[in-house]
Amino acid sequence: MFDDRSPIYLQIANGIKDEVLSGALKEDEQIMSTNQYAAFYQINPATAAKGFAQLVEEGVLYKKRGIGMFVSPDARQRLRSRRRERFFADVVDPMLAEARMVGIDVDEIAAYLKGGS
Amino acid sequence: MMISLRDVTVRYCDTVAVDGITLDLEPGKIYGLLGRNGSGKTSLLSVLASYRRPSAGTVTIDGTDPFENSALMRDTAFIRDSLDVTDQDRIAKVLDVAGRLRPTWDADYAEHLVDVFALEPRRRVSALSRGQRSSLGVVLGLAARAPLTILDEVYLGMDAAARTAFYRELLGDYLAHPRTIILSTHLIEEVAGLFEQVIVIDRGRLLLHEDTDTFKARGVAVTGPAAAVEAFVAGRTVLSEQALGGVRQATLYGALDHDEVVRAETAGLTLAPVGVQDLFVHLTSGAAEGTPRTEARR
Repeated sequence: MFDDRSPIYLQIANGIKDEVLSGALKEDEQIMSTNQYAAFYQINPATAAKGFAQLVEEGVLYKKRGIGMFVSPDARQRLRSRRRERFFADVVDPMLAEARMVGIDVDEIAAYLKGGS
Repeated sequence: MMISLRDVTVRYCDTVAVDGITLDLEPGKIYGLLGRNGSGKTSLLSVLASYRRPSAGTVTIDGTDPFENSALMRDTAFIRDSLDVTDQDRIAKVLDVAGRLRPTWDADYAEHLVDVFALEPRRRVSALSRGQRSSLGVVLGLAARAPLTILDEVYLGMDAAARTAFYRELLGDYLAHPRTIILSTHLIEEVAGLFEQVIVIDRGRLLLHEDTDTFKARGVAVTGPAAAVEAFVAGRTVLSEQALGGVRQATLYGALDHDEVVRAETAGLTLAPVGVQDLFVHLTSGAAEGTPRTEARR
């Protein structure tokens, strides 16, 4: 589940974000507790708590005292607009750089995208 | 219980096993004590468990000296290689004795663990294999439910399946009954995720004590054209270097900030994280295994 490339708490936070984006986690739905998370993924509960704290700070989750953590009502919308902003820089630009390197021009890419090539 | 060590030194004749270690351990966390064979782990743990007095320096638990303090000793479980049990006794008797000595002992949980590790209660300790002995140590350590639980390389001789069961039980029982657990090991990769903090010692000295995630982010491997790598790593702590043709790879110690990452990428360098096991090896590979520091060599 976890790779060695980034801190585990960030991977936990990103995993939950993906679940919110895909709709696997619904708005106002309760997420697993830090202890359940720790036991399931065999990690220290403090690491899970750090991931959750990051998401609370970003407004993806909110805390109900004594009950647990829930998905914020606007979390999906917010994550979507943030990811949309980054889409061209994170996804399209690297693709264009690769295309330039191997000699594929923009027209060719456009034709492919329209299903023409 | 808050544990504080101040300038703790342990000497055996002219050998310095622990060399001026200062350390504060907050309660309720799982700590990983990492160090090579002969680095002073067991001596340090013996002091933490009040099994011996330091040759110099002080140890306090919640502000008081724990040595020969019976209340604090009841709250401490120290599992070491010798197990501190009577070899002629059967497992059932060993567990029975532990239950009578320890007010926090959970007999049902001990029984569960005996099942998990497939230990035969009628077996005598002297007839156990190395791995079974270690499993018995885990039973004694975890079922004690001691507020300070110290496990010194308790996995020795256990196969991968038994170690996995051990890690699962350790974490599960910690989640249900939070307490301070210190686990010494050199099998870092497979347990690093369980530790909230790691403590690395080398030749009796404290190398570092920090959050596991911070530790994991400390190593970075920089790969690229030799000249570019050399320019980038100048003035940094280089743990190791290797070259293949015109390509060079340097392992650096110390996290890079955003600007440095950008600068490295602009220079055509590739950055990759370093696994905790590699980082540990790089940090502690200064001397051959088991070479203790002696007064004469200092």
